[in-house]
Amino acid sequence: MISVLRSASLVLRKDLLAEWRSRVVVGQILPFSIVLLLVFGFALDPDRQVLEAATPGLFWITVLLVSMIAAQRSAAIEAGDGATDGLRLSGLDPAGIFIGKTLAVVVQLVLLEVVLALGVTVLFGRELGGWLLLVTATGLATIAIAAAGTLGGTLTQGLAAGQTLLPVLVLPALVPVLLGATQAWEAALSGQDGGWGWAGMCGVVAVLALLLGAASYGSLLDEG
Amino acid sequence: MDSTTGSKATRLMGIFVLLGTALALPMALAWTGRDVTQGDAVRFIYLHVPAAWTMYLSVFAVFIGSVMWLRRRSVFWDMVAEAASEIGVVFALLVLVTGALWGNLTWGTYWEWDARMTSTAVLTILLAGHVALRQATPDVDGRATRSAWLGLALLPNAIIVHYAVDWWRGLHQEATIGPTGAEIQDLQLFTWMFSAVIMTTAWAWLMTHRFRVGFLARQLDVGGVSTALAERRAEADRTWVDQVDRADDLDAATPVQATPVHRSAPEGGA
Amino acid sequence: MEAPVVELEQAVVLAGRFPALAGLDLEVGQGEVVLVRGPNGAGKSTLLRLCAGLTPLKSGKARVLGHDLAADTAAVRPLVGLLGHASALYEDLTVEDNLTFWSRSAGPGALSPAEALELMQVEPRLATVEVRRLSAGQRRRVSISVVALRRPRLWLLDEPHAGLDAQARDLLDGVVRSAVDAGATAMVVSHELDRAHALADRSVAIVGGMAR
Repeated sequence: MISVLRSASLVLRKDLLAEWRSRVVVGQILPFSIVLLLVFGFALDPDRQVLEAATPGLFWITVLLVSMIAAQRSAAIEAGDGATDGLRLSGLDPAGIFIGKTLAVVVQLVLLEVVLALGVTVLFGRELGGWLLLVTATGLATIAIAAAGTLGGTLTQGLAAGQTLLPVLVLPALVPVLLGATQAWEAALSGQDGGWGWAGMCGVVAVLALLLGAASYGSLLDEG
Repeated sequence: MDSTTGSKATRLMGIFVLLGTALALPMALAWTGRDVTQGDAVRFIYLHVPAAWTMYLSVFAVFIGSVMWLRRRSVFWDMVAEAASEIGVVFALLVLVTGALWGNLTWGTYWEWDARMTSTAVLTILLAGHVALRQATPDVDGRATRSAWLGLALLPNAIIVHYAVDWWRGLHQEATIGPTGAEIQDLQLFTWMFSAVIMTTAWAWLMTHRFRVGFLARQLDVGGVSTALAERRAEADRTWVDQVDRADDLDAATPVQATPVHRSAPEGGA
Repeated sequence: MEAPVVELEQAVVLAGRFPALAGLDLEVGQGEVVLVRGPNGAGKSTLLRLCAGLTPLKSGKARVLGHDLAADTAAVRPLVGLLGHASALYEDLTVEDNLTFWSRSAGPGALSPAEALELMQVEPRLATVEVRRLSAGQRRRVSISVVALRRPRLWLLDEPHAGLDAQARDLLDGVVRSAVDAGATAMVVSHELDRAHALADRSVAIVGGMAR
């Protein structure tokens, strides 16, 4: 069997290539995320104060919602025309496949987050700062979200109700990440204490999600 | 095979729950005193806290059932997990509803976004998601495996629920019974413990009936498979009797025309 | 005498509650090409998927390439090559992307993408074309290339000639024959009995999930 690291790098490359060729994230998910920011602006009455204060929460709600689409897209890559059989027959390590797919979603989410960060600065007027905490918390939260989303995609793959079931299962489990990331951002942007503890909580969820996903991927692939 | 899930044990449990409830009601509503600060609202404690305890019990049962299915493909434990998650949803909703009513009386609000209430709501949704995932998976083994992996994720969430009141400040009460001793005394303590025993017995009663329903469903499944197997083998025998069983001798280079059993399907490639 | 490559004894495989295989006995020896024939719904595709370790055994015994399928599926899978009804290709990737991925996934000893494409004479210009834009026949050639590059010890081919033109059919037969001459074994499901008989050493009939 091929090592976990090698398997992860092969699958990461494959998924990123699939995105490069299909442009789903750049062409569809990215515009959708900008639309979400605009919709938040309209719904909360374009009152700068409210939007500024709510920036961390609105940012992470947007990231969570689009991550569900990214996770479904990641699962859909394997669902097409017997590719799952090929994966099962290959010598790739299932844990490595999971990590590779998670990392691919991380890369896509990071790209979205960079654009969204620019978006909230321009549209909501909130200046970004506390960069070390901001980037660390964002990174850990993104890994947690990507891992949980990839695991959720695998749990629901091949089911008729899979697309609607995925967010129902994954979003509640990511509430601690939403809480932690929002609080860490607020601490970073306003210079308050306590942000690193919240970032740490995102890290704990990330580790748990990665471990559970890596352990489960092989047997879930066989059920799909 | 019996078509009832009742037994002597469930009847005994049921009688105990009914009698116990009949006794617990006056204890909870009349014989125990009011609280100095909360007044009569404190009586929710006899329902809300036991409900929370049985919710945790359900989550634990789902977790153990999930582990045992993944490790040993134990059908018994998968059925335990199936029953526990459904019943867990019921008790989790009871926790939320009684908590909301109690909160309205004591804090003036049905809901507050503190850690314990939020994480209890999240746990409720995850339990419901566990049930939904099982219902959405048609294949029996696939259902067990998928829900087992989700079941493993429930326990960390339940731990967060239980310790949230210690980790984060919030409106929720500190734990009433802890390592340093009970804060409530005498008849109140006894009533609370008694309520917990009744609630746990009610949980066990529900679990037993639900487990047996699952067991009967599996029996039908297994029986269905045995019947299908016998029919399939009979079909094979009939097909070979109906056809001329020509010897397919490749050495003699005799081309064999395979006669379709079902004439609607044409020969040839896909 | 060498151990059989495939040994099935009273194998039962379920598709939901339906017994796709209902107690099948089968032996395939080293270096054989066995034609698996039978009516639609007989369980032929399920038989191949069982031998690939992709479908679990409900009861009975199954050994493939010396490994017990119930206990050691992971050891069997990298040794077999399955050509199913689906293409097993990533639609968004080009032909070259697909072959590179599958070649690297198969580990050392696999053919290179160029060698695999050459076997089925896939036009070089198609290497940079996304799979979704290929015709059914072109996809089939690429799928066969993917199976071939793994250099499997057991070839499991489910209606392999479907969608192929005459030249490609001859190429496929040549590829299978070369592999068998080099020590592989093959099981071929086909309704095109004339062509399949020319390729096969013997045939097995599957009816109602059982072998005769």
